[in-house]
Amino acid sequence: MSELKTSFIGIESPNPFWLASAPPTDKAYNVNRAFEAGWGGVVWKTLGEDGPPIVNVSGPRYAAMHGKDRSVIGFNNIELITDRPLQTNLEEIAQVKKDWPDRALVVSLMVPCTEEAWKSVLARVEDTGADGVELNFGCPHGMSERGMGAAVGQVPEYVEMVTAWCKQYSGLPVIVKLTPNVTDIRQPARAALKGGADAVSLINTISSVMSVDLDSFSAVPTIDQRATHGGYCGPAVKPIALHMVSDIARDPDCAGVPISAIGGVSNWRDAAEFILLGAGNVQVCTAAMTHGFKIIDDMVDGLSRYLARMELSSVGQAVGQAVPSLTDWQHLNLNYTVKAQIDQNLCIQCGRCHIVCEDTSHQAISARMNGRRHYEVVEEECVGCNLCVTVCPVENCLTLRTLENEVDLRTGRMIKSEEKIQWTAHPNNPMAAPDA
Amino acid sequence: MELIATAHNGPAGIAAARLGEEDCRHNFCEMHSPLEANGARVEAERCYFCFDAPCLEACPTGIDVPGFIRMIANHNPAGAAGLILQENIMGGTCARACPVETLCEHACVRNQDDDRPVTIGLLQRYAVDQALDQDVNYFSRASDSGRSVGVVGAGPAGLACAHRLAVMGHSVVVYEAREKTGGLNEYGLAAYKMLNDFAQRESRFITSVGGIEIAHGKTFGHDFSLADLRDRHDGVFLGLGLGGGNTLGIPGETSAGVEDAVDFIDRLRQATRLSSIPVGKRVVVIGGGMTAIDVAVQAKLLGAEDVTLVYRRGPEQMKASAKEQDFARIRGVTIRFWAQPESVVHQDGSVTGVEFHVTGGPDGQRRPPNFVLDADMVFKAIGQAPQPLAEALAGFKRERGRLVVDANRLTSQAGVWAGGDCIAGGDDLTVSAVQDGKLAANAIHETLSAGGTD
Ligand SMILES: Cc1cc2nc3c(=O)[nH]c(=O)nc-3n(C[C@H](O)[C@H](O)[C@H](O)COP(=O)(O)OP(=O)(O)OC[C@H]3O[C@@H](n4cnc5c(N)ncnc54)[C@H](O)[C@@H]3O)c2cc1C
Ligand SMILES: Cc1cc2nc3c(=O)[nH]c(=O)nc-3n(C[C@H](O)[C@H](O)[C@H](O)COP(=O)(O)O)c2cc1C
Ligand code: SF4
Repeated sequence: MSELKTSFIGIESPNPFWLASAPPTDKAYNVNRAFEAGWGGVVWKTLGEDGPPIVNVSGPRYAAMHGKDRSVIGFNNIELITDRPLQTNLEEIAQVKKDWPDRALVVSLMVPCTEEAWKSVLARVEDTGADGVELNFGCPHGMSERGMGAAVGQVPEYVEMVTAWCKQYSGLPVIVKLTPNVTDIRQPARAALKGGADAVSLINTISSVMSVDLDSFSAVPTIDQRATHGGYCGPAVKPIALHMVSDIARDPDCAGVPISAIGGVSNWRDAAEFILLGAGNVQVCTAAMTHGFKIIDDMVDGLSRYLARMELSSVGQAVGQAVPSLTDWQHLNLNYTVKAQIDQNLCIQCGRCHIVCEDTSHQAISARMNGRRHYEVVEEECVGCNLCVTVCPVENCLTLRTLENEVDLRTGRMIKSEEKIQWTAHPNNPMAAPDA
Repeated sequence: MELIATAHNGPAGIAAARLGEEDCRHNFCEMHSPLEANGARVEAERCYFCFDAPCLEACPTGIDVPGFIRMIANHNPAGAAGLILQENIMGGTCARACPVETLCEHACVRNQDDDRPVTIGLLQRYAVDQALDQDVNYFSRASDSGRSVGVVGAGPAGLACAHRLAVMGHSVVVYEAREKTGGLNEYGLAAYKMLNDFAQRESRFITSVGGIEIAHGKTFGHDFSLADLRDRHDGVFLGLGLGGGNTLGIPGETSAGVEDAVDFIDRLRQATRLSSIPVGKRVVVIGGGMTAIDVAVQAKLLGAEDVTLVYRRGPEQMKASAKEQDFARIRGVTIRFWAQPESVVHQDGSVTGVEFHVTGGPDGQRRPPNFVLDADMVFKAIGQAPQPLAEALAGFKRERGRLVVDANRLTSQAGVWAGGDCIAGGDDLTVSAVQDGKLAANAIHETLSAGGTD
């Protein structure tokens, strides 16, 4: 079992699992329960400026996309930032930090885009003894229409400006939480760094309309026959978050920036993937909201065993290990060739591989042998695309085999293992540079 | 499954009310709990939507199983029922009565990766029950062809044939000896498979398409002849079933208390009060098929204290599947293999037991000594035979009494088709009778459309 204790931009926590700023971190009651369950840290539900409290809808604020067996695959909300008075939150934060000194407690903030507003709220947060602040530049609904949240996060100049104010008026570490509702995540990340951010966290939720009620002709969740777009999160957004996290991890302009990864983390495996792609720790919201805090046990145990198995003695040693594997398409080895292969002992003869390849791909899996159901790869046609592997319901029944020093029956070409060729140097590329 | 109520130390002999009516009703509850909407969708999602699906090949009526299951998964049970009924108008009864563990569910590839098939029968039932509950209309008749077909027997074969012919625009008269429509659906299937008068509900649904007249109390060979049918109609379909029980051919067989299982079930199915049906305290059932299982279980559920089913060969040879054997065992039936009845032991004309010899296993050697099982009631469940119709069917080519037909279910006489239990080479299942009726209807339609058969 490896050590999970982490120090993220100097903020210590017994494990890299923090609860993201959201309902699970909205009050002392929840946060105390989370810490009792074993969570390493929390980012407190986003605080706004002092004044009349935020008003949330009293109709449904969540909706979900269910998978087979009704597990929640995607989750969407139209909740705003905390609707409790600022003073109450600050008092609770101070008390919780006092009671749980070994846990990370970061405070999420979102106030109007003026220097004065940020200055005043920062001073009050600092008084609580919290470990840092996270700037919520990400919320895509409700607050953005008031010129906050994603409305700031989508304009790099604003990101830089507000970040700079925070560094100027507070000694606390500053994490900038990015919105995924942009075309190139590196732009706001670079801006945050320019403004002096200590770290970035991502992703916040993705703008979404969850579904439409087919009987009432209204989008969902429906509030008195009307609906609005919300923010999408949960397991379904993980691939998008992985892409954005790795884009920042690979960006020379962002070199070395600490990343707190968020988006669909549901178990230790998800967390490990984000860490390997450059995250120093992870934050979790939907998985906790759909299962309760006890999921932390599996996360901690699984990650620790995994690191030990990979002979990595700490989380830090794992950070970014998979980043070098990512490149641009043009640098992939076009000589690398695989073929599908079916383990006939495992095959249950459902024929899914055949029909998808036959109807939509390369006609490379035959369906009958001697008049009986029997599925066989036709190597002369197989391009190794992975579609059949994707639809096969039996684990390890359909796999891809790498050709090594043998002839590709489809092209008739000899595949030599040591021969690598990228598009940049490919004979079919009119712009190929001979030695690239 | 809920625990069943059992009787203890009741009177010897054959007696009614071994259990109170309430206990009987409780015991004859649903054999499998039906699926509700979400459960059905979750189960439907287990289906792999196989290519050239083996379940479809295994269904005698060729229902597009993966097709209808996908519709259930996608919140379209009405569409699913449409797909089912298109191939099998008795999809509702088949979902309840088919031995799915030897048909579609046996073929399901999920048996291999999960050890548990998709519960196709329950899903089919869910879809069809929804459709019947909601009175969805699936069939409209083609314009009147001006031709008419006479169908004998309102069982699964006859009704399936009549329905398809009616849809294709022909007018159909179904001649039925008995008072109710449905054949063995009404009089033969186990009571716990067909709760809530399902056979009648389904019959009404089938005839609601129009163009089908059912003439009850009309017995072929008694009230009318084949010549009459040929006179009145352009084509004839015989779906007579079997209607007579086989005899054991052993001494004492005619003693009081020895009864054909089918007759007993018939009475049970028609009883308004289950507890009014007299049943033995110690019951012996002879046979190895579905009927043997059904009569043994139903005797037990009525309060028989000791029920032993005796089969002359082993568990693998038994026509009732392993699942059915377990179904009976769980309900308290004892199953004994490798023993054949030698004589019925009786006193003062009433049965007191059955003497068996041990057949001794696959080698067929007798293994003495014989043994006697005490019994005050004995059920013969050794298959049905077509004897009652011998005379009426004299002019047809037959095999062991059953009608010989071709692939289109045409008999040896032009213009007369047949299907269901009364034909040779079948497997005596409801679903096969439905398929026979359907194939015959297609063939009749083709013949009539070509101007044939008057
Ligand atoms: C006790 C029992 C339990 C069974 N359980 C199952 C089961 O669980 N699952 C399964 O798939 N199969 C089961 N079967 C078999 C199934 O019931 C039959 O295969 C099916 O009913 C055959 O249909 P059919 O239309 O050929 O005959 P039937 O259902 O027998 O219908 C024949 C009809 O013709 C009528 N008729 C007969 N003679 C005349 C005449 N001379 N004139 C006019 N009308 C006449 C009868 O009254 C009846 O209505 C069971 C059979 C029995 C006996
Ligand atoms: C109901 C709900 C409320 C949220 N509120 C906030 C918030 O106040 N501030 C914030 O920065 N992010 C908020 N988020 C976004 C989450 O912190 C997180 O970034 C996002 O849900 C992705 O993580 P997940 O896939 O683990 O849920 C909210 C998410 C949900 C589901
Ligand atoms: S065999 Fe089973 S999994 Fe395959 S299509 Fe039929 S029901 Fe679905």
